This record gives sequence, C-alpha cells and structure tokens, in this order.
Amino acid sequence: MEMSRSQLQDKNLKTQEITINMGPQHPSTHGVYRCVLTLDGENVTNLENVMGYLHRGMEKLAEDRTYTQFIPYTDRLDYLAAALNNIGYVETVEKLLDIEIPERVEYIRVIVSELQRIASHMVFIGSYALDINGFTAWMYTFRDRERILDLFEIISGSRMTLNYPRIGGVSHDLTEDFIAGLKELLNDLPSCFDEYDGLVTGNEIFQARSKGVGVLDAETAINYGISGPNLRASGYKFDLRKAEPYSIYDRFEFDIPTGENGDSYDRFVIRMEEMRQSLRIIEQALNDLPEGPIQAKVPKVIKPKAGEVYHQIEGAKGWLGYYLVSDGSTKPYRLHIHGPSFVNLGVYPEIAKGGNIQDAVVILASIDIVLGEVDR
Amino acid sequence: MDSQIKLVEKLVKKFKEKIVFEEEHGTLFVEKDTFFDVMTQLKEKYGFNYLVDVTAVDYDEEIVAVYHLMVLPDCNKIKVKVKLDKQNPTISSISSLWAAADVQERETYDLIGVIYEGHPHLKRILCPDDFEGHPLRKDYKVEARR
Repeated sequence: MEMSRSQLQDKNLKTQEITINMGPQHPSTHGVYRCVLTLDGENVTNLENVMGYLHRGMEKLAEDRTYTQFIPYTDRLDYLAAALNNIGYVETVEKLLDIEIPERVEYIRVIVSELQRIASHMVFIGSYALDINGFTAWMYTFRDRERILDLFEIISGSRMTLNYPRIGGVSHDLTEDFIAGLKELLNDLPSCFDEYDGLVTGNEIFQARSKGVGVLDAETAINYGISGPNLRASGYKFDLRKAEPYSIYDRFEFDIPTGENGDSYDRFVIRMEEMRQSLRIIEQALNDLPEGPIQAKVPKVIKPKAGEVYHQIEGAKGWLGYYLVSDGSTKPYRLHIHGPSFVNLGVYPEIAKGGNIQDAVVILASIDIVLGEVDR
Repeated sequence: MDSQIKLVEKLVKKFKEKIVFEEEHGTLFVEKDTFFDVMTQLKEKYGFNYLVDVTAVDYDEEIVAVYHLMVLPDCNKIKVKVKLDKQNPTISSISSLWAAADVQERETYDLIGVIYEGHPHLKRILCPDDFEGHPLRKDYKVEARR
C-alpha cells in the first residue's frame, strides 16, 4: 500500500536526505564529469559540480611549445568540434601577427567550421536522445556524421582531430573528391534532418521529458556568462557571427534561431535549426569559393610582436575565447583558453535544483558539455 | 572606441589616480582597493552586463589579474587589469556581481594562486583537492620533454 510522506511521518518513520555521486564513470555524464547530488527521495535538493578528471594542463603546455606546435593540442579541447578550436587559435595568433589572409583560405575555413558545427550538433542530438533511452536517434545521427568525418579525412588525413589550419592559411587544399562529396552531402542532409525531427523532436515521450525542464531565463543566463546556443534558447537573440563578425561571416545570409522558454526542449530545437542554417552558409561559401593560394606569406619562424590579444569565436558550444600574451619570442608567454562548456556548467546546479533526478540528467544533456573544454 | 574613451574619462574623473588607462592595448589598470567599486560602477552605471573572461598572468615582479567585460548586445568591450603582489595575491571576488565569475575564479585560484576574498567556496576545481602548488606559476617547473 502506498503511503504519502505525511502518513509516513505520522507513523514516526524518519526520512533522510542522501548524498550520492553521479560519475565520473557514468553513461549519461558525457565524459568524465562528476556531480554530487543530495537527494530527498527523488528530488534534487543540492547539486555540486566536481570537474578536473580530464585536466591535462594545456595552458602550461602552451608555454613550452611554439605557436605552430600548439595547433594539434587545440584539437583536443572540444574534441567533437576540433576545426572550430583550431581556427579560433590560429585567428588569435594571426591577430597578433597582423597579416592578411588569402580569400580562398577564409572560404575554406568557413566551410570546414560549419561542417564541424553540424557534426558536433549531431552528437548532441544523438546523445541527448540516448540519455532519455531513445537508442535509434544515436545510430541515425552517427550514420550521417560518418559522411562528414569521411570528408574531413580526405582533406586533413584525420577524422576527428583535424590539425587542419596553419598560421596564415590551411595545410591542404580542397580536392575534387571533397567538393563532390560535399555537394552530395548538401543534397542529402536536409532529408536526414527531417528524419531526426520525425524520430525525436516530435516524439511524445521526448517532449514530455524536455518541455518545461531546466528553465533558464535570459537575465540569469547573461549573469552566469552562458553563451552560444544555450543563451539563444533563453530568448536572447545574439550570435557572434552576426554581432561581431570575424573572418568573412558578414558575407553570408543566415538566420539566428532563438528559443522562447529557455527549457531543455528549446535548447534541442534551436540546435536542430542551427544545423539547417549551417547548411545554408556552406552552400553560399561553396558557390563563391575563389581560386588562390592557401597560405599567406608568414615568416618561417613565427615570432609575434610583444603584446596581448583576446579573440573569441562562435564555437559549437558557446563562445570559445583565447587570451594570448606574447613576449616577442617563439613561444607564448601565457595562453588562456576560455572554454564555454566550463562556464556553462556553472549554471547547472542552479537550474537542476528543485527538479528530480531524471530531470537532472536531461538538463545536463541539454547544456551540451564536452569535457575536453571543461577541463582543458 | 570613442565610447570607450569617453567612458574612461568619466571613470578617471571619479576615481582620480586610482585608475590609469593604457591606450595601446585598451587596458584599464585599477588599484586593488578600488577594484570592487570600479567593477560595480562598470556593471551598474555603464551597462557591462556580461563578464567574458577572468584570468591572471604571472609576470616576474607581480601577478596581474585580467578581466574582460562586454556590453550585450552592443559588443563594447573593456579590459581591466589589477596588479597584485606575488607574496600576497589577494583581490575582491566579483562573483556577487556576475555569477559567471564563480567557476572562473576558482580556476584561477587553483592554477595561479590568486586568492579571491568574498568568494562563496574558493577551493580547487581542476587539480585534485590535495594538490600542492600552483601549476601555472613560472617557478613551477614540469619535467623536460623527451
């Protein structure tokens, strides 16, 4: 016979809060992340983040590598969106060097960036659905992501950790195989996205588990330093590619999907939309791709002038920032990496408190973290 | 850039010799004791609602705490630096102004050793809790490669 809490307490039965660990080995924590939950039955009364299980000391390593030697390390920051990290880093160094990048390089970088953004969002969709036990979506998104990774392998030799840009250019040119494969992919992807919509977005169980869960309003989001899709889901229409265009993003036409309620469902839906907008950007870039060199004239030994610069780009998870202090030598004096997932995780205790434990899992999936960026 | 110069002139008039604007990199150097007041002014009067980044750099003579602020949606930016004594690198925490500072100040404390007074729970976040030393300091040597 089911008894209510008050009935239990009337019978002098004590209830107690328990403190349990979720992680670091856990199928739903998206990596080696641990949170300490204080539960009253199934309700989360307190949540504490514990991170650092993937801390590799990248900022310290940067002080002992030349500027070009550090590019492969940036791949491993947000390992699901390696090209975006690379491009953010080389653009920071190029700002200090003050060189002009050839047109073809800019277009190639935009194409690779947006392809990488689509791949990262595909992992988000698959793993979010998987966390709510919808196994099929994972298979579908990874099937299509394989095609993007094959394209990356054609130009850079590697599927995930691309190490593709160089200071002042890119390492290899686009080949005919790549362009043909890309055109085929651009044709097929819209119907794949519709497939995900039919499988996940419109699913009754998915909507019941996501709508109204983990509501984050715009003002709290701005105060907590949330950036990227999470900020846009809270109703704040702001995209770095439009507000402060870097590279050549001011030449492309695309929309900025914005949510209304700031719940987990909105965070999912706008990333689906962002993938469609990325397709638009790739099509425009591919149409206007000019001929030309793929590397600017940079000295063989890269020695930026002494000074400092902060550069941020619209990464897949938020605004990825690099703060570079140079003392005029071949190695950075200090490189600080502002990982958006690290700051986004700061709001997780705030929005998960008061819900129940299954909502805590959904909220973590909807924030879209990747531990490489959290821990560096 | 013009709005930033006007803003800086107003701030210098209010805080007089406690802040210095270095034009070359667009940096506002603030003294430690007026730092919290300047940040409160920047947030409440000048509209810097978004804290972009909190970090620190270990130089030879001092440790410099670096803050980047931004106005959303206009994208005006400002960089604030505070020079701290290496033997006693303490500074007021700004986590009561911008909650974004919470995790970032813990990271800077963990890796460089800047102590943020007024932070709700300042403890290590990336290194293990019983780790000794502050890895990003220049005198913390790591083993040589190869």
